Amino acid sequence: MKVEQISVFIENKSGRLAEIARILGEAGINIRALSLADTSDFGILRLIVNDRETAKQVLKEKGFTVSKTEVVAIEVPDRPGGLSNILQFLDQENINVEYMYAFVERCGENAVIIFRFDETERAIKALVEKGFNVLEGERLYQM
Amino acid sequence: MFYNEDFETLPRQALEALQLKRLKSTVERVYLHVPFYRQALDKAGIRPEQIKTLEDLQKLPFTYKQDMRDSYPYALFAARMDDIVRIHASSGTTGKPTVVGYTRKDIDNWSELMARSFVSAGVHKGDIIHNAYGYGLFTGGLGAHYGAEQLGASVIPMSGGNTKKQIMIMKDFGSTVLTCTPSYSLYMAEAAQEEGIDFKTLNLRVGIFGAEPWSESMRKEIEEKLNLSAIDIYGLSEIMGPGVAIECLEAKSGLHIWEDHFLPEIINPETGIPVAEGEKGELVITTITKEGIPLIRYRTRDITSITYEPCACGRTHARIARMSGRSDDMLIIRGVNVFPSQIESILMEIEGVEPHYLLIVDRKDNLDTLEVQVEVDEQLFSDEVKHLQVLALTIEKEIKDLLSVTCKVRLVEPKTITRSEGKAKRVVDRREIR
Repeated sequence: MKVEQISVFIENKSGRLAEIARILGEAGINIRALSLADTSDFGILRLIVNDRETAKQVLKEKGFTVSKTEVVAIEVPDRPGGLSNILQFLDQENINVEYMYAFVERCGENAVIIFRFDETERAIKALVEKGFNVLEGERLYQM
Repeated sequence: MFYNEDFETLPRQALEALQLKRLKSTVERVYLHVPFYRQALDKAGIRPEQIKTLEDLQKLPFTYKQDMRDSYPYALFAARMDDIVRIHASSGTTGKPTVVGYTRKDIDNWSELMARSFVSAGVHKGDIIHNAYGYGLFTGGLGAHYGAEQLGASVIPMSGGNTKKQIMIMKDFGSTVLTCTPSYSLYMAEAAQEEGIDFKTLNLRVGIFGAEPWSESMRKEIEEKLNLSAIDIYGLSEIMGPGVAIECLEAKSGLHIWEDHFLPEIINPETGIPVAEGEKGELVITTITKEGIPLIRYRTRDITSITYEPCACGRTHARIARMSGRSDDMLIIRGVNVFPSQIESILMEIEGVEPHYLLIVDRKDNLDTLEVQVEVDEQLFSDEVKHLQVLALTIEKEIKDLLSVTCKVRLVEPKTITRSEGKAKRVVDRREIR
């Protein structure tokens, strides 16, 4: 039920993001979702891709610091209040969200929210029990 | 003008006779009281009574900063702790500082030499000395302070920092003399300008600047902006502190080293052999009056040259040229001595691995800045911003705590820092000491 995300360290200077996109593009990697957290000095690029191993390998070969992180993807109906339901539940359960990002499915009526929790296992268990649609990694990679 | 005319103008022959007498007694003292020196002299096969001329000094072994670190804290002291009245220290490689101790007589001598230095700079009783050298373990503040009192001038113990207040006090108290690092003086000049205060309206007449390298063009700039006469002073805590050597107002051409207390040599740092008069080399100093921690042939690592030519001011003591560099990798950042190896060991403590880092030293708005670039490898990396920010802050804090230097840590991508022949370049110094 966990999803593997690739995290990449990038310095906050021009052309770094373009460089990563180029490397992944040339390796035939398809990016499913991404988010960028940045400070004045550096940024952390988080990616969900169709082929994690290749993506990690080609980026490392080009000298980037790359790590794999376990995140959780939840499908919610793409309508007002969809995100709020989940966040309220997480708050009730005292589950801490380190960061999150979201995207809307291509032709479906759903949105996918990606969460990074500090207690991933407990979060998944609680979400599943409550009936949230926690996505399998494979489904997301091929989405 | 002199503070102690007899000694400051002692004819060379009499000066050398005094030096020899004092050298002999110093060598005897360390041989008797300091196991380190007894072993070093025994190893070199020389006994104190074999020192018969000043040339015999060259038979004695060198003392290195590392020897002081190895002797932490008191093993090089040649006086009983009962007789030590003051202890100073400078920062060390692994957090352990280099420690020096002073007897009452050492403090008296230091005060006199600082008083002599003030007079050499044109300062006299009646002057109001604004002392912005740091007070504390660093020798700058207290060294200048005691000299000022010895001279009978009024001293304001400002210490460093709080620039606005410094300017206010300088203005309101009518300070006539400023003592601080040369870069801080320029920083103050700019801060004053922002406050709408013109240095020309202040009473400052003389500035005594040291503890970091500077240049003739900086002197010109300081003299213009602060409207005073800028004098270069030299000192190091291992030898005494400020007041080892100073320029005279009359010539402003080389720093008179107080030869009745210190024996200077200029050597080739590679071979250890003395170079000819006027040639550049490393300054080596033997203290010949110190009781607390006398040092034999201490390698200062400062590059200069020496001249024994008579000086316009009438002092007979030799002059060393403005320091033109270091024979090791020590950096002087805002007057604080920093070795790259110190930062390396701090990074190692934090990361647990050998770090790839680069120190970038620059001078912005006349203040030295230090940026520490650290490569983020997989071990350091986190997908969470806050973890990386905490890492950077931790490094900044450790460096501040251990080395008393404020720095900015910048996390950079791997392989950003160029490696040459397997060994990385550790320092980029962009300051122009013109």
